[in-house]
Amino acid sequence: MPTKTAIVGVGQTGYRFKRTDVTIQELAQDAAAKALEHAHMEMADIDAFVIGVAPDALIGIDNVDRWIGQALGVAHRPQLRVNTGGTTGAAAAQAGYVHVASGMFRTVMVLAADKVSETPDAQWVLNTAMDPIYERSLALNAINMCSFQAVRQMSQYGVTERQLAAVAVRSRRNAAANPYAHLRDPITIDDVMSSRYVCWPLKLLDCCPRSSGACAVIMAAEPQAASSPNRPAWIQGMGATSNTIYMGDKMGPGRDTDHADWDELAIAAASAYERAGITDPLSQIDLAEIYAPFTCTEIAAVEALGFCAKGTGGAMGEQGMFDMGGPMPVNPSGGVLSANPISATALARVAEAALQVMGEAGEHQVPGVRRAVATGIGGTLQFHTCMILGDDA
Amino acid sequence: MSETATTSGPLIHPGEWHIHYDYAVGDTAARFFTELRDNMKVYARRCPSCGRAFVPPRAYCERCFVKTTDWVEVGPEGVVEAFTIVYEPFDGLPVPPYAVAYVTLDGASTALANFVTGVDLSDPEVASEALALGSRVAVAFAGKREGMITDFHFELLGHNK
Repeated sequence: MPTKTAIVGVGQTGYRFKRTDVTIQELAQDAAAKALEHAHMEMADIDAFVIGVAPDALIGIDNVDRWIGQALGVAHRPQLRVNTGGTTGAAAAQAGYVHVASGMFRTVMVLAADKVSETPDAQWVLNTAMDPIYERSLALNAINMCSFQAVRQMSQYGVTERQLAAVAVRSRRNAAANPYAHLRDPITIDDVMSSRYVCWPLKLLDCCPRSSGACAVIMAAEPQAASSPNRPAWIQGMGATSNTIYMGDKMGPGRDTDHADWDELAIAAASAYERAGITDPLSQIDLAEIYAPFTCTEIAAVEALGFCAKGTGGAMGEQGMFDMGGPMPVNPSGGVLSANPISATALARVAEAALQVMGEAGEHQVPGVRRAVATGIGGTLQFHTCMILGDDA
Repeated sequence: MSETATTSGPLIHPGEWHIHYDYAVGDTAARFFTELRDNMKVYARRCPSCGRAFVPPRAYCERCFVKTTDWVEVGPEGVVEAFTIVYEPFDGLPVPPYAVAYVTLDGASTALANFVTGVDLSDPEVASEALALGSRVAVAFAGKREGMITDFHFELLGHNK
């Protein structure tokens, strides 16, 4: 049996386009200090560190985890870097959970930081993550790989550009209540529909920003967690899946998953749900923090998490199912569309889900939360994680 | 590029990475690219266990994890499985607009990506309708071929839904 594990402290710097007042290791220090303060702990109380850093070239410092670790004062304790692209922060949380749940460490700090705004070349960097032999010279990047998903959703399920726009509008509406979010100005359907095409069918306001910021989460084993001054957010279940980097393998007649869908996330969710004892996600989960960097990706995720039938996520969202106050609030924080510090983005989903369970989400708190789900994705939509946080172990 | 550092503004140090690589493509991809370059043919690699014909070809079936064996000629026509039209300029990437599609070539089990030419991309609505999923395309080869994926592109044949 895994050791019962909870999140007992969360620290976020707030996410902004540029942070010229701090280096990346200083950003990390600020998030770590806030998490320790929140948990009423000292750095000396941490047994091990998991540091999430996405592709190095996004910040232009090779193996920056070396800098971040020493800046946190890790001396004489283990430190591990995790990188699964966009999933990085959630995969780091997964690794941190396994550290504690294995019984080998009592407390772990999971931390991720990014300053993506320091290069204008993020999409070129992400292009270098494509297969150099067969695909890189075809200008593939993070935006057009999601466009391929959107165009298949539109063709197979009749998803409309207005349904995509509704996701963006709701995200910004929620972000207005979250002081940590990067983009907080409300937008309308017309604003989204009239924004320019970036990669058809995705328009500028269907896309996440690139942000700077850091997020830290402290996990503790049962005895420590139960005596935390905060209400612990217990990790009730965790699931993760990987799949091919070749998007074309998820399109042809030989496919066993479809690029339109997130069957991989459904697999990860099934594993997490089973561990958490969830059989009816819509009634047993109170909110979702979903890693959705583009509007179309959230539609795939709400279906994969079992909140609505495959092919109906766009219409359900347009009808308000995922609004604050609706049957399943999605991204009360404003989500990735409102802040995207790439390495830390998926960890922020975990952190926000934990804060909701702790009852400390502030102005965007959902009333009476007992259980929340957080997801991460990365690579060419190939890595998926799903974590369930709840108010009992 | 770097911002001008002043005593009143943030102090910015510029940095750039210039890293050269020479990627050996390996025997499997080399056969694929040689057929493109010398014979203007597209070949898939078949898994002896599940029968999938993979393009781009792989040395191992990534589902069954057995070595692939036979080379199977695919195309030269196929069907659009997904596409995008890029209207935004990105540093280091081609000048927009350009269209990229995943196409299942006739006889292949997986879709292969490449640029699509022959479509007026100036009006997104018209262009996206022309490229609609299910459209038939054909492989068109460049006059000067270098053993690269860009030795060919896709040309629209017209609707066939």
